[in-house]
Amino acid sequence: MTHGLGAPAAPEMSPAPVVDGETARRRGWGWLLLLPGMLWLFVFFLYPTIQLFFTSLYDPSGSFEQGYSMTWHFANYVDAVRDTWNLFARSFTYAGIATVVCLAMGYPLAYAIAFKAGRWKNVMLILVIAPFFTSFLLRTLAWRTILSDNGPVTSFLQTIAVLPDDGRLLATPVAVIAGLIYNFLPFMTLPLYASLDKVDPRLIEAAGDLYSGPFTGFRKVTLPLSMPGVVSGTLLCFIPACGDYINAELLGTPKQYMVGNRIQSAFLTEHNYPLASSLSIILMLVVVAMVIVYVRRSGAEDLV
Amino acid sequence: MVTVATREGVRRPTPVTPRRRPVGRWISDHLVLFVGVLVLVYTFVPIGYIMALSFNQPSGRSATAAFDAFTWNNWTSICEPEGLCESLKLSIGVSITATILATVLGTLMAFALVRHSFRGRAASNLVIFLPMATPEVVMGSSLLAMFVSAGFDSALGFVTIVIAHVMFCLSFVVVTVKARLSGLDSRLEQAAMDLYANEWQTFRLVTLPLALPGIVAAAMLSFSLSFDDFIVTNFTAGQSVTFPLYVYGSKLKDFPAQLFVVGTVMFFVSFLFVIAAEVWRRSRAR
Repeated sequence: MTHGLGAPAAPEMSPAPVVDGETARRRGWGWLLLLPGMLWLFVFFLYPTIQLFFTSLYDPSGSFEQGYSMTWHFANYVDAVRDTWNLFARSFTYAGIATVVCLAMGYPLAYAIAFKAGRWKNVMLILVIAPFFTSFLLRTLAWRTILSDNGPVTSFLQTIAVLPDDGRLLATPVAVIAGLIYNFLPFMTLPLYASLDKVDPRLIEAAGDLYSGPFTGFRKVTLPLSMPGVVSGTLLCFIPACGDYINAELLGTPKQYMVGNRIQSAFLTEHNYPLASSLSIILMLVVVAMVIVYVRRSGAEDLV
Repeated sequence: MVTVATREGVRRPTPVTPRRRPVGRWISDHLVLFVGVLVLVYTFVPIGYIMALSFNQPSGRSATAAFDAFTWNNWTSICEPEGLCESLKLSIGVSITATILATVLGTLMAFALVRHSFRGRAASNLVIFLPMATPEVVMGSSLLAMFVSAGFDSALGFVTIVIAHVMFCLSFVVVTVKARLSGLDSRLEQAAMDLYANEWQTFRLVTLPLALPGIVAAAMLSFSLSFDDFIVTNFTAGQSVTFPLYVYGSKLKDFPAQLFVVGTVMFFVSFLFVIAAEVWRRSRAR
């Protein structure tokens, strides 16, 4: 499994021969090819991230205009956690629910494309990404119209008495999570498809021949074989969902704001760089820690 | 994995009568397909709304409300809202530049990682993976903090947006091209060398054509990531306004219906691109 996390973003539509990569590798000047891109990542990703860490330790009594002084002010982290732990909890809850629902929706879709679509396979794959050709802000705004108080979904749910007559969808956690689900669904479907497509259908048939029912066969054969896709799909869904603030802003109210909203306003509106930086660092560390634990426990280390 | 199924099957022969199996299979056949199609339909709901609203003559000032009356006017006056077409031009410029840079740099990196061995390959893979595991809001804010402290805060604009976009597109390019390269049969290249092709000829005549579908896919992915990016751009754009920033700005004020026209056009243009790429891929495969 040499495919990395994002590999499924461009699913191969034809089975490719597997070769022994090690023998093909040449020693020598290969690192020269790597150099320009690596420099870019060092200067514009690693260095700013390290600098962000130092910014998070600036004295918060400074200001954007007058500049900050470096005082190794670790209390910034204590303040940040004390003031915003509920935002973090909400972010991870929303992102977690959205990821689980994405998995529940994306798995049947990916399964249908891989095993049931026949000659419509490529058409269905294109249809999976097609809605995402247009701006995600426009799509989220369209959801705002659809879920609005006199929109079709709200009226329908009121008619069948799932929602009370003055009940709302917009400006509730449901709307925000629904937005997250919608926006990150293809990140789930494509990796799932990529690993389901590699499952040899004969193995599933073999399970059937050995008297396992379709559900046992699925549980014992298909699901374990598709685990790499499940792991990379949930990660590709969960990570961006944790930091997202557009859905909370467009579909929710400040009561549904996530940690991304706070980071954005601390940086761009309040210019409180130490607070914003410490929030960013906490978010990044928590996400990376969760990813590592998750990848370890699911036994898919070679995925990364 | 085969052994798992076999072992379980031998140890516990499930007492299912063969008669029930076709029923279960019929359900799993059609239910899964039905659910899959249903999920697909759901993803197209907002697209339908965007298309419908592009023909809407809003009664109020903002076009995000319900459908009022049919009109062609939005389609004939796309550039009428102030700054809309300028933002589109900027977005297209940024995305093309970022796509070219990210595709070239990322493809080189992918070749290095798949075809060459050197110290620090594992560390390189980690550095490439990290941007994908970092929430966008963290990348955007750290870049802004760096640009500001380097004294670039008045120069934020095209260059800083491109820098940021290349940064987050790179990892996706590397991973996409790598996936293609590692699936290629390296014996083809050895054969070319055996037939007295030098390294450059082998690369140009054998390796590059074989890797091209992966590179094209990576470039298309970069373009769409870059064109649609809001979060990182919002931090690095300064006073410049790309199309996503324009949409975001308009939702605070009156929302011109022309934005839905642009959304509809974007949808069909990208659709054509993907279809063209697929047709091209198939004609090459033959």
